[in-house]
Formats: sequence, C-alpha cells, structure tokens
Amino acid sequence: MANFRVKLVTVICEADLEKMLVGEMLKAGARGHTVTEARGGGRRGVRDALWGATSNVRIEVLCTEAVAAKILDTIESRYFHDYGIVMFMSDVEVRRADKF
Amino acid sequence: MALDPVVLFFALGLAAGLLRSDLKISSGLYETLSIYLLIAIGFKGGVELAAASPGSLVLPIIAVILMGAGTPLVAYPILRQLGRLSRPDSASIAAHYGSVSVVTFAVGVSYLARLDVEYEGYMSVFLVLLEMPALAIGVLLAKGIGRDTRWGVLAHEVLAGKAVVLLVGSLLIGWYAGAEGLASLDKFYMELFKGMLSLFLLGMGLITAARLADVRKSGLFLIAFGILMPVVSAMGGVAVGYALGLTLGGTTLLAVLYASASYIAAPAAMRIAIPEANPALSIGASLGVTFPFNVFVGIPLYYWMAGMVYGLGG
Repeated sequence: MANFRVKLVTVICEADLEKMLVGEMLKAGARGHTVTEARGGGRRGVRDALWGATSNVRIEVLCTEAVAAKILDTIESRYFHDYGIVMFMSDVEVRRADKF
Repeated sequence: MALDPVVLFFALGLAAGLLRSDLKISSGLYETLSIYLLIAIGFKGGVELAAASPGSLVLPIIAVILMGAGTPLVAYPILRQLGRLSRPDSASIAAHYGSVSVVTFAVGVSYLARLDVEYEGYMSVFLVLLEMPALAIGVLLAKGIGRDTRWGVLAHEVLAGKAVVLLVGSLLIGWYAGAEGLASLDKFYMELFKGMLSLFLLGMGLITAARLADVRKSGLFLIAFGILMPVVSAMGGVAVGYALGLTLGGTTLLAVLYASASYIAAPAAMRIAIPEANPALSIGASLGVTFPFNVFVGIPLYYWMAGMVYGLGG
C-alpha cells in the first residue's frame, strides 16, 4: 500500500487557548485534531502545569499543505503577539490520504 | 490566638515550594479538591437558604453586588495613575480584585467555625454573584464598549466555568434537599471540610511559591497594592454588612469576599478577554501577595475590624 505525504502542524500553547485555536484550525479546514497536556518553559517563564493558569497544551493536526498554511497564517497574525505559542510544521507520511 | 492549623498547611506548602521539594499535588487531585470545596460551600449555602425567606434577600443582594462592582472602579485609577501601569494591565488587575476567591472564603469559614462565630448561611449566594460583574467591568475598562470584545466567549467562560456551575448547582441541590437531605451527606461535606481544605491549601502553597518570582519582578507598587487594596475593600465590606444588619460573622465573611482577589475564574477569563494584559502581574499580585496576606493576616484583621464596628454600634 502506498504512503501519502501530508503536513503535521504542531502548536504548543497556553491551555486557556485550546478552544479558540482548535476553532481556528477547524475553520481553516482541518478534519481532526489531537490535544495533549504539556509543560515546559521558555521566554514566558516556567509552565509547570501545577494549575490551569500555568498549564500548556500541545495541539496536533494532520492536513493538506493549503490548510496548514492557512492555520499558520491565522495563528501568527492573531495570537503570536499576546500569547505564549510555539508552532511548527513538518512533513509526515500517512496511509488513507483522504482522511486528512 | 494561635493560627488555624489549616493555615499552617498553606505555610507548609509554601516552604516546600521554596525549598524545591519534590512534593507535588497532581493536577488531578488539585481539581478533585477544588470540586469538593465548591460543592461543600454551595451545598451548605443552599441548605441554609432553604431556611431563609428568599424575599428578604433581594435588598442585600442588590447592595452587595453594587458595592462589589465598586472595587474594580476604585482599583483601576490607582493602578493607572499611581502604579503607571498600562490600560490593559490595570483593567485586568482591577477585575481580579473585584472578583472573589472561593478558597479565601473557605479559609474565612474555617476561621469563624474555629471561633464558634455564627454567620448567615446564604453568604455563598454572594460568592456566586460577586464572581462575574467585576470581570465584565474589567473588560469595559480595557476596551470600552467595543465590537471586538468576544462577550459571548467571555460570558460562556465564566457562567459555564466549573466554579459557577458547581456553586449554583450544589446551592440548588442543598436548597431542594434542605436540612433533611443534609443528614445523609453532612459527614462527607461538613465534617471532612477542614481536612480537605488543608490538603488543598498545601497545594496552594506550592502554587504560590512558584509565583513568587513574578512578585519580585513586578515591583514594590504591586506588592503594596496587593496588601492595601484588600484592606480598603474589607472596610467597604464591613460597612455594607453592618448597614444591612448582618451578624458579626456574616459581616466578616462579606469583608473577606470583598478583600479577596480571584485567581481561578479571573485569570482564564482575562487571558481571553484582555490578551494584551500580562498575566504575570495580575496573578503575581492576587496569588503571590493578596492570597497569603488574607490567609495569614487579613481574615483575623477583618474579623477584628468588624468586631470594633459592632462593639461601637452596641
């Protein structure tokens, strides 16, 4: 069976943003997403996940290149300035290309 | 009088955090304990409410909410003019201080129980009602009545948030069940209350210790504000409670409510409604300064203040 190339968009952000960012992703055309709880640290200090206000989440979406570009643009223009966000995109291979 | 042991568990958590101990309250347990506290407070309030006549509450509710809305309006110009903070930061901090802290209220309840001081059971109704208005005022202060505010999202965040859902829900359950329904649950929700609170405060100590770095960075002004603002608000609470004819215990709890600053509902709501505001400032002040101040010094002080007023008034 053949492998298909799609994009994996990963966004690590403040837990409070989860609902809004997932909403943006679905609006951009994502057909599914996965959220995991996360902790770490960076320019905005330690995110120790002791309670809601210092928790992070990691949101992952598999999608086409066009949808990925749209997600990246939206999050960059609307959220980068005020929120702690790390976002990156990578090439991955999947089965069932029509699922994404 | 000696410190409430419950409060000493908060100190223990603080010490463990500062010592970088590996002690950790998992977020699952933290969630569980906060759910327990919210239900216990709401449930007890509901049971007491069943004994009161709802009509007699209308005037106190209006007065308490109007005065509660005053806190952010007093705090905002102080933060803006004296503290020279930006508009979004001032508005967000003002909202935190106008809203209320459930755990500070719980510590106040525990304090009064230890002294055997009675209070109006329906105080937890005020707890519910004081949560929201200040947050809305904070957003108005930051943005004016603009179209870009997502009021729907904000309202949903607060009204469907776990604090309001659990407090209102258990208040209704307690109200419906009355004293008879309480009999089956009072071992769990009443007798274990202080033990659960001590566990929760242990976790709060750890969380607070982790915020102290923010407090150091935020400067002397915010530290002074975090101590003086609650005392001023508590004076307002004592005045309102006395004017409404509440008992000494009820007035003390109202002062505690006005003096407390939110750090559960407000941070999440402000993060979404006023993104430009720096959460390190508002959370550093409300959790790093005001919460410990209220727990160690404020609550006994407000009780003393209320006692003075009631003593003078005969």
